[in-house]
Amino acid sequence: MANFETPALREYPIIPLLRADTMAHSKTFAAKPEFQTPLGFPGELVENWEQKAVDKLGELVSQSRALQVFLDSCVKCGACTDKCHYYLGTDDPKNMPVARQDLLRSVYRRYYTFAGKVVPWLVGARDMTKDVLDEWYTYFHQCSQCRRCSVFCPYGIDTAEISMAAREIMDSVGMGQRYSNEIIGKLHKIGNNLGLPAPALANTLEGLEEDVKDETGVDVKFPLDVKGADILLITPSADFFAEPHIDGLIGYAKVFHAAGVSWTISSYASEAANFSMFIGSHDNLHKVAMRIRKAAKDLGVKRIVVGECGHAWRVAYSFWNTLIGPFDFLDPRYPIPQHICEFTYDLIQKGALTFDKSANDDKVVTFHDSCNVARASRMGDMPGGQFVIPREVIKAVCNNFVDMSPETTQEATFCCGGGGGLLTDDLLELRVKGAMPRMQALKQVVEENGVTHMAAICAICKAQFTKVVPYYKYQMDMIQSVHGLVSKAIRLTPADK
Amino acid sequence: MSAVTVLYALLFYAATAILVVGVTRKIVIYARTPQPLKIPTTPAPTTRFGVVLRMTREVTVFESLFKANKWTWLFGWVFHFCLFVELLWHLRYFTEPVWFFVPLLHWFTTFTGFGMVAGLLGLWSRRFLVDRVRYISAPSDHLMLALLVAIGASGIAMRYLAHTDIVGLKAFFLGLMRFSWQPLPGGDPVLLVHLTLVATLMIVFPVSKLLHAPGVFFSPTRNQIDNPREKRHVAGWSAQYDNSKSDA
Repeated sequence: MANFETPALREYPIIPLLRADTMAHSKTFAAKPEFQTPLGFPGELVENWEQKAVDKLGELVSQSRALQVFLDSCVKCGACTDKCHYYLGTDDPKNMPVARQDLLRSVYRRYYTFAGKVVPWLVGARDMTKDVLDEWYTYFHQCSQCRRCSVFCPYGIDTAEISMAAREIMDSVGMGQRYSNEIIGKLHKIGNNLGLPAPALANTLEGLEEDVKDETGVDVKFPLDVKGADILLITPSADFFAEPHIDGLIGYAKVFHAAGVSWTISSYASEAANFSMFIGSHDNLHKVAMRIRKAAKDLGVKRIVVGECGHAWRVAYSFWNTLIGPFDFLDPRYPIPQHICEFTYDLIQKGALTFDKSANDDKVVTFHDSCNVARASRMGDMPGGQFVIPREVIKAVCNNFVDMSPETTQEATFCCGGGGGLLTDDLLELRVKGAMPRMQALKQVVEENGVTHMAAICAICKAQFTKVVPYYKYQMDMIQSVHGLVSKAIRLTPADK
Repeated sequence: MSAVTVLYALLFYAATAILVVGVTRKIVIYARTPQPLKIPTTPAPTTRFGVVLRMTREVTVFESLFKANKWTWLFGWVFHFCLFVELLWHLRYFTEPVWFFVPLLHWFTTFTGFGMVAGLLGLWSRRFLVDRVRYISAPSDHLMLALLVAIGASGIAMRYLAHTDIVGLKAFFLGLMRFSWQPLPGGDPVLLVHLTLVATLMIVFPVSKLLHAPGVFFSPTRNQIDNPREKRHVAGWSAQYDNSKSDA
């Protein structure tokens, strides 16, 4: 399959001993000028880049309290050292969160702190050199920005913030990553990560209507660009074509149908994902999100519901109000925005949905908490609702549900290994190795509880797992969308409007 | 007035000024730097009071560290708790009359000096024994532990081996505070070592990782309220966008 070894799954998880530079060769493809310039970045490494990178670092730190505190406060206690899935899967010491932060902190200290200027050797401060820049490129593209380290840090230092800053600095001197930047460019141009134009989207949705009609005999609609609809659905574009994502989209449509609400997808804002977060670019983050504000206003909707997507839910839940608010044009009686799981859960609570749970009796299901949902957002009214609500939805539609080990779920959940702009084939080795901790936990429930399927609410998780579970000898169809499970069990009557 | 007294008087004025000015400057920078986005590590409290409780747990019982690693937590917590009691206990050299609660600490101080050093040695041992922690340790990390161990050890020595003239010492510090200098007790090399090390610690505080002490209170992942949907948050660059203008 590939020229690397898939990590062995053990009886019990272990903390590996360091093996230096095991991932030093990992280099994601660099963005060509054609993918850099549309995002406002120089096409190639600029002249005098050392100074420009250092200046950019200073500028970013001056604009972010998080960076100020995080770069000063680390005491090197080691609490985070065994928390990163990439460290656990690769044994490479530079994948320990603190070591990854130090790649940038060492430069910050050299140019912006007294000790680093006067006694660099004492505090591990380094000059900004090409070797350092290359090391940044290698290892800041081995962070999925999952925030697991930040849960365990006594000061809440979040490596995600530091890797976002590092990528922004690299972009600003012309050293971008092809995968993320090409995708953001497509979004600016066409409105979604796939570059799927409106007619193709319309076609896809029509096809889905026919499929659902054939399967259920019910006219479930997949509306596109319907002015005056109540709800605008913003969902990751993977939901339009990928497996098992598309089953989730069918599930949302069936839930909307059963609820009798009017809803629509927008061809202008046909994407929930916002990869600008991964590269730490404020302007691109804002610009991408603004499509959604514009679509909501143009279509005159009253509510926005977000489909199953992890980082998109972080951007939507945590950042939208800041970036593209105020939402004074939407109905304040509903959460703005609302997660599709919140939407479905509300209906379940009201007894408004009918399920035949036995439709999922061929499965024993476990749930993978997606990092951005778990550690960077919420659902419902209470802290931790993001853990309760998806599980309650699954339990309402499945008779057999089993949780994985508590050290690997909820706030301690392990990243799928493909988040943060790393879901690209040129990082396949990293992705397979980074999935190891999750695979380890999965193996345990497969062996002890007969789990057959793992459900998720993130487009990246689903795509990543589908790709990497075969390396661990599991079938790719064991990965499910939560709303794919809902879709199986929900009972629609033609009378439902 | 002996040269030693003058030297240490000036040293402590300088160290105090550097500590106060340096840390105040950092606190002002932390407080003034905007945090443009909401980034609490969730699940996070949804109210201000909840955040106060979260932060209180973080700085009193080191909640996150407890989740992370029980050994580091044990050594770290024992060290910090003992240091805290010792700092309060040392108030008796700087207050007259002594604040009411200080004498109550006497029983604890039988253990806290040793506890401090034991905790530090535990932490230091991890820098040698655990390969991950060894890898991330810079020379300054070892030196900081050496400095703190030496402060603790010299303190213990003064209490149990070579008793210091604490009445004279108190007079010296009260004199410094009242700008009416009194002689530093002479012939006490352990005291001079202890004082030199403490002054060193005060001087390096604002330019070292000791900034974690004020820093933790400003950490957005810990001090933000999880209410982005309920209350619009803008600051710094995120306040620059005027979205209503771009609505066509």
